[in-house]
Amino acid sequence: MDTATKAVGTNFFNRPTVRKLLILIAIYIVVQVLIWTDILSAYLQVTLITICINIILAVGLNLITGFTGQFSLGHAGFMSIGAYTCALITMRMPTIWGFLIGIVAAIILAGIVGLIVGLPTLRLRGDYLAIATLGFAEIIRIIFVNLDITNGAAGLSGIPQFVNWPWMFFFTAGTVMLVSNFLKSTHGRACVSIREDEIAAETMGVATTKYKVTAFIIGSCFAGMAGALYASYFYVIKPEFFGFMKSIDILIIVVFGGLGSLSGSVLAAVVLAIISTLLQSFADLRMVLYALLLIVIMIFRPQGLMGSKEVSVAMLKKVGKSLSFKKKERG
Amino acid sequence: MEQFLQQLINGISLGSTYALIALGYTMVYGIIKLINFAHCDIYMIGAYIGYYCLTVFKLGFVPSLLIAMVLCTVLGVSIEKVAYKPLRNSSRIAVLITAIGVSLFLEYGMVALVGAGVMSYPTMTGVLADQYKLGQITISMQQIIIVGVSVLLMILLQFIVKKTKMGKAMRAVSLDADAAQLMGINVNATISFTFMLGSAFAGAAGVMVGMYYVSIKPLMGYLPGIKAFVAAVFGGIGSIPGAMIGGYFIGLVEVFVSGYVNSLYKDAVVFAILILILIIKPTGLMGRAEREKV
Repeated sequence: MDTATKAVGTNFFNRPTVRKLLILIAIYIVVQVLIWTDILSAYLQVTLITICINIILAVGLNLITGFTGQFSLGHAGFMSIGAYTCALITMRMPTIWGFLIGIVAAIILAGIVGLIVGLPTLRLRGDYLAIATLGFAEIIRIIFVNLDITNGAAGLSGIPQFVNWPWMFFFTAGTVMLVSNFLKSTHGRACVSIREDEIAAETMGVATTKYKVTAFIIGSCFAGMAGALYASYFYVIKPEFFGFMKSIDILIIVVFGGLGSLSGSVLAAVVLAIISTLLQSFADLRMVLYALLLIVIMIFRPQGLMGSKEVSVAMLKKVGKSLSFKKKERG
Repeated sequence: MEQFLQQLINGISLGSTYALIALGYTMVYGIIKLINFAHCDIYMIGAYIGYYCLTVFKLGFVPSLLIAMVLCTVLGVSIEKVAYKPLRNSSRIAVLITAIGVSLFLEYGMVALVGAGVMSYPTMTGVLADQYKLGQITISMQQIIIVGVSVLLMILLQFIVKKTKMGKAMRAVSLDADAAQLMGINVNATISFTFMLGSAFAGAAGVMVGMYYVSIKPLMGYLPGIKAFVAAVFGGIGSIPGAMIGGYFIGLVEVFVSGYVNSLYKDAVVFAILILILIIKPTGLMGRAEREKV
């Protein structure tokens, strides 16, 4: 009994975990201070929240597409389900409890729809799965356009705002931690084995369908959560926000960061937001330049920023070493 | 009954344009396994080229159609050479993102050039404005042209693919690119040729849709593009007759759902049918099932 608690204790407060927690707390405090001191303007704060929502979406999709190898083009559909669920609940219950119930309901509902969509479609492979999920997302969008309760194409407005930086940080860091721990578990390894070779995984006794559906549901749940946070921060939601282009945006983040790299997704969400903010001053040409950049980056780095590697201390040390080495060479 | 026949005619002319676009998707997918998202924007560019030929250069319909087809061919091949060729050996998803990048580039490049607003094709005069009445049913000359040109192009395509040397090379590369190369087939030239054919068809579809529906805009390609792709998957992607059947089927379904049920749900029904087809027969109507080798 005594040794067991000790073992758990040493396991939990081992060095990497503590280091991760410290880094997270440091990020939180730095940003909070920047907000307090008004260095982060209101406009930049919106960008910050958008980055966080994109991180949650990309990490969820990366679990489905990058780690389990199931190509989904319908992520925005699950996001819209979460957004509408949370919006409808908080509009009737405009308290913090209403918001929390809304988020939980959004996660559960998106997960249930993920199960309904995933069970029949996940036996499809590759592009067929992509097209089927695209079809489902479009159907979900068309249903929202035609329902009375969702106010049709005009969408819902006047959704009470509860999301702020602390909430956003809590949910984003939570998502990344949960997915990263999931990937280190037996279930996560099973998912990766499906990506590597589905037939070999099945031969080794991995229940491939079960794990594919599991990964799909988890990804959908996070998409639902991101949608709920989106609705609660931006007051207004419309079906057209969650169209095909939104799914593509999320996929771009995942591929740009590197399929199968969580830190890549986080990095890509930040980098793409910065690029998009910098291009803001070009107005008309913004999307043209963005598209050009996308093409050039994919041609020169088709495996994405991180490939399938993760940012780690060892890697940073290596980068630091090579940088200082270069300096010495020049000097 | 009259209404049914009228809808049938409308559906066939709409389906012809879907079939023309779907052919480009299906050929490119068959040969390099890429969902060419930029294809629907080549169709949009085709519509704009036709517009400028008709209004600024005051050309007739046939020269405009031919010019649009030629310029779209050039555009399609340059896109393939610049954006897709360097990625021939990368993961398919990287090429897909590049295709999306090209698509965004064409769409917003057009927005920057001509503005995001709607432009209207000039009203057709002379023979092109004719309407024929068969009892209660009206058939316009434009519908006849759309169906006629589409069928002509499809016959031409069948001829190229089945009877010419290049067609044989296309079939060989889509079956097994490596083996084709070993047999002395120039794979890169064959892929470029496939893009040429697909882009020319998309350009033709663009001009005809512009003439028939009058209004064109830079983002007009998106929805027809997705539907044409659905048509290609429906018929079995990679299969040329499949894309034709799929195109006509999607066109008819769309017209009948908006005529008899509710036009708001026409796209939902199209996608629901797609999902059903995929679940029942994942390779589509005419697709070959690929045996998986361990």
